[in-house]
Amino acid sequence: MNMDMKSHVASSDEAQQTVKASWQHALRFMGVMAVLLGLVYPLVTTTVGGWLFPEQAQGSLVRDGGGRIVGSYLVSQTFVSDKYFIGRPSAAGNDAGGVSGSNLAPSNKALRERAQADAEAIAEREGVSVDQIPVDLITASGSGVDPHISPAAAELQASRVAQAREIDEASVIEMIDKALENTGWLGSPVVNVLRLNVSLDERFPASTTAME
Amino acid sequence: MNDMIAIYALVALLSVPLGIYIARALSTQPSRIDTLFSVIEKPIYRLAGINSQQTMTWQAYALAILKLHVGLILLAWLVFMCQSMLPLNPDGIPGMPWDTALHTAVSFATNTNQQHYSGQAQLSHLSQTLAIVTLQFLTPATGLAVLVAIARTLLVARPAGLIKGVGNYYHDLTRTVVRVMLPLATVVALLLTSQGVPSSYQAAHQVDMLDAQVEEVQLIPLGPVASMVAIKQLGTNGGGWYGPNSTVPLENPTPLANVIETASITLIPVALLIAIALISGRRRLMMGIGVVMIAFSLISTSVVVYSERMPNAALVELSQAGANLEGKELRFGTDLSALWGSWTTQTSNGSVNAMHDSFNPMGGMMLLMDMFVNVTFGGVGVGLIGFFLYLMLAAFVGSLMVGRAPELFGKPLETREMRWISLAILAQPLVILGLSALTVAMPGAAGNSNPGFHGLSQVLYEFTSAFANNGSGFEGLGDDTPWWNIACVVALLIGRFLPMLVPLAVAGWLAAKRTAPAGRGTLPMDSPAFMGLTAGVIVIVNLLGFLPALVLGPIAESVVQGF
Repeated sequence: MNMDMKSHVASSDEAQQTVKASWQHALRFMGVMAVLLGLVYPLVTTTVGGWLFPEQAQGSLVRDGGGRIVGSYLVSQTFVSDKYFIGRPSAAGNDAGGVSGSNLAPSNKALRERAQADAEAIAEREGVSVDQIPVDLITASGSGVDPHISPAAAELQASRVAQAREIDEASVIEMIDKALENTGWLGSPVVNVLRLNVSLDERFPASTTAME
Repeated sequence: MNDMIAIYALVALLSVPLGIYIARALSTQPSRIDTLFSVIEKPIYRLAGINSQQTMTWQAYALAILKLHVGLILLAWLVFMCQSMLPLNPDGIPGMPWDTALHTAVSFATNTNQQHYSGQAQLSHLSQTLAIVTLQFLTPATGLAVLVAIARTLLVARPAGLIKGVGNYYHDLTRTVVRVMLPLATVVALLLTSQGVPSSYQAAHQVDMLDAQVEEVQLIPLGPVASMVAIKQLGTNGGGWYGPNSTVPLENPTPLANVIETASITLIPVALLIAIALISGRRRLMMGIGVVMIAFSLISTSVVVYSERMPNAALVELSQAGANLEGKELRFGTDLSALWGSWTTQTSNGSVNAMHDSFNPMGGMMLLMDMFVNVTFGGVGVGLIGFFLYLMLAAFVGSLMVGRAPELFGKPLETREMRWISLAILAQPLVILGLSALTVAMPGAAGNSNPGFHGLSQVLYEFTSAFANNGSGFEGLGDDTPWWNIACVVALLIGRFLPMLVPLAVAGWLAAKRTAPAGRGTLPMDSPAFMGLTAGVIVIVNLLGFLPALVLGPIAESVVQGF
């Protein structure tokens, strides 16, 4: 069965027959396509994808020893305790339900004010001067849930975290190296903050309770 | 750097076989792949009661497009407003207000995907699939169908008056969807799922944060995200599942996902150069067009990459020296954000992997200029259609320069054609600048989040994006108001249908005219000189229209901060 229309380069009488555009065709076609593209296609790809890649399809969730969901490797979290590494500033409060960037232009005074407050807080917390702070720590990400910081930004926080956990800095640095992502051919290495903090809690559980 | 190489290589390597495949898939000659796909296509035609072998005049073709789109807009509008009463709403999301729903329906029906809402919080899974994904397939397929109809009518040389028809819209549309879009989207959706883009019909997870000192909880919204993101990227759609689009790690999790999504932006638009060269047989012409597009694209991308490597002026001396990371994701950095930003505005895709509002002024200006031009590859189908529109204007200007009666591919360009071509080109500055001026003049209408020159840029960007059917934004703008929703609907509809249907009409009119034999004075349209002229026409028309607005916006902002 040949579903092609006749080549209209041909000069047959049939090719001269043209069809009008009717409402009936438009609406019936729409109905068929809505079912195929809007229901069947998402259902098939979602089902097959979920079957092939069950972890990834469900949001790359992080669970603790008891199976409780602690978060997602793809969503940053808010950290304030000294024993934890802290991520980038978030315009969304690290909530993937309200993802957002700051949308502040470089010419906006509010951007400088926010960055200044952040930089001063970081300098005080880490005991460094502002010109030692890597730029990713004072810039809000586009999504507001960027899970990563640069290796330099992690190293800046290592001594504070080591102190809070009463462990030596070298073992914290070692943990940072283990939490590096994108070390392959694509991308440049970054540290997943939630992964790092979870692994610190697992490796040094005693000091965790000591701090609390 | 490796990522950039991978992205360019993927597009270069895949676009050639894809272009050859598209030409064959849409050919009116029988081929072996017909048997394979007729399993899906035959039932579609039967259920819709369509005889796909009957050809349409250009008027019927255009009318069929308009009727289908009226239906699609009404369907999407209703689904958005009534989503709270419909199934597949695990997060209990309420119905959308009428004006936001109308803007969203029109925005997706025009292949724009401008969003005045945040998807993960304001759309149910049913709205994101039944309404959004359906439109994300049918709108790029419509652009491609019209392009092929124009190519058959305008570019294929044949005797005048012989042919009434330009093709059958439903035939072209169905084949594009079934043979090109669906297979590609399925592959990309599965690849993205493997990288961590959710594929689930579950409700959002609510999670207590790890740090016990933090009181707040966080939400991790899920959904059949990968299936949507795939066609969002491939179909120059751009409307994301989550508000900030592919900046969100759940929508664009890894460098590999970013390579796939970035390459998907330009894949089909580039492949169409090859497909149309094969369908029309005008290889030199299409190669010339390709060279102009590649040149525009490289210039734009270089400027944006350079701009974003510069520090953000607001952050000077607050940290180590570094590139402008405000609004950017660390796993991509500035170069890959700049590449995506420039490609997404060239192609009228409009998805983002960084927030354009926080780009440095020069980078932001380049994105605006990409959208003014809008034919650097451009949207699926409509990019080349837009280029043909400029080609028609250049043929008119060029013919007059050499003292010939204006003609296009041997057919006379007369008053009726030139009146409509001019209208389609001039509508752009008229609508964008007119609506921008109105918005700025009305107190409180703009809803700027940034003061001064950048505030004007935000307004200009929003209307430019609407008219170019792009969909990206300087997103700080408070744009979910009745004024913004309705003003943008006007820009969306004019920007979609006028520049798409005028070239179709011109093709139809010219097909009925007698072809003049090529002589010594004939303008050789596939020559480098004529392509240079066309590029010049594109640059001059856009600078004449928009330079004053650029001076008041990004150029002033750039001068004030010193670079």
